[in-house]
Amino acid sequence: MKRITCTLALALVFLGFCVIPGFSAPPTEKNIILATTTSTQDTGLLDVLIPVFEKKTGHFVKTIAVGSGQAMTMGERGEADVLLVHSPEAEQKFVAADYGVNRKLVMHNDYVIVGPAADPAKIKGIKSAREAFKKIAASTSPFLSRGDNSGTHAKEKSIWKAANIKYEGEKWYQETGLGMGQTLNVASEKKAYTLTDRGTYLALKKNLGLEILAEGDAMLLNIYHVIEVNPSKWPKVNVPGAKAFADFMVSRETQAIIKTFGVEKFGAPLFFPDAGKKDEDLRK
Amino acid sequence: MELIFEGIKRAFILLFTFDPEVMGITLLSIKVSGVATFVSLLIGISVGTAVALSTFPGKKIVVSLINTGMGLPPVVVGLFVSIFLWRNGPLGFLGILYTPLAMIIAQTIIATPIVMGITVAAMQQLPKKLRLQILALGASRVQMVWTLIKEARLPLLAAVMAGFGGVISEIGASIMVGGNIKGYSRVLTTATVMETGKGNFEVAIALSIILLLLAYTINLILTNIQQRERPR
Repeated sequence: MKRITCTLALALVFLGFCVIPGFSAPPTEKNIILATTTSTQDTGLLDVLIPVFEKKTGHFVKTIAVGSGQAMTMGERGEADVLLVHSPEAEQKFVAADYGVNRKLVMHNDYVIVGPAADPAKIKGIKSAREAFKKIAASTSPFLSRGDNSGTHAKEKSIWKAANIKYEGEKWYQETGLGMGQTLNVASEKKAYTLTDRGTYLALKKNLGLEILAEGDAMLLNIYHVIEVNPSKWPKVNVPGAKAFADFMVSRETQAIIKTFGVEKFGAPLFFPDAGKKDEDLRK
Repeated sequence: MELIFEGIKRAFILLFTFDPEVMGITLLSIKVSGVATFVSLLIGISVGTAVALSTFPGKKIVVSLINTGMGLPPVVVGLFVSIFLWRNGPLGFLGILYTPLAMIIAQTIIATPIVMGITVAAMQQLPKKLRLQILALGASRVQMVWTLIKEARLPLLAAVMAGFGGVISEIGASIMVGGNIKGYSRVLTTATVMETGKGNFEVAIALSIILLLLAYTINLILTNIQQRERPR
């Protein structure tokens, strides 16, 4: 019995020692909550950028990686300070409804349609995303959707709509409700088609049995913006922190990092820096 | 198969080179789950003992509620704790969402009913006459309760193991209230999910193996104490 008491007492003292310094959180005014999409985390881009930002400004960034839809909901509720998202139509509504301010173009890459090498729907080489989706639907080959209101999910729905195809409830159409990385893994296992941003696909390619089958449509452009959450609705929003982060994302130094990110590891850049450009310039 | 071997190899490399990031993640897992288990022991054993030793109307309902709580889904706890801790939520003024403290709170809520349920069972399983005997020997009420807790120490160690095992392996609440923030609130389980999402399966396997080793070591220590003290 004595032993147990001793062990417990020791454990207590030990815990006390390691806890007290560990949990003294940084002062709140230095904390920024960044709500972002899974693709910026799954590619590893934020792991490179955040330390640079923290070192430069002394802010502490709490990155919450969720779908773009959820990130914007967090912004609407004032639960985030700054957003890095890629769902342009939803973003415009977000800003129009005064939830966000200072929306700035950061970078782009593109979406690609990936699928098994056997390509049962015969979409290889098709440039038009609409045509490719039509063929997938016609062949009733399995298609996996994110189904999580993310930017990628929004893009996918807009392509179905443009192709005028009814997909909801169809047997070949399945939703994972997961992030891009996990959805790609599921698609690979199920030999299914899916829509993905090129960055996440390249980062995960080595473990996937999926190939890029259709790419290059102007419709498949994937544009990332940084948006500061409007403090007039939620006074607790960290305005200077959000502004510092947004400015950092479009700064020359950061844009240079984005430009070369991934080249060494994947042989091609995952994102293309676009600070200062307009959306329309990209669509040309 | 090759992947699993790669993972095991990676786990040992990460462990024996004391990879700072992995060490940080592992330490945080121990801290968060350790503190949560400790707090849940304080609450769970005291309330559990009180419930077990007293008779009151509706006791069966209370005990069945505690037993239901033993299976409290971590995501449900995570969701409610997040809603309470939101900046603009009822406890938002604390400003502790996405901190290790929030994870401790959520894990304590998960572990407490587990400890409480096992405590109630352990206490009720002691012979009824023991209480009378202890009181007859002239013990005060407090001394009586303390003696009973000491008598039930072996099943109570099982409560420690179950509580700790429940929270160290839990992910739903940790990722929701902790946010999986690098170097700050990332624990073994949330890191494993993230690395899987990134397609870094070797690292994910390595982290899982570290988690298993950790759970095993702690249970080994506790089991050792428990078995050594087994009543003859």
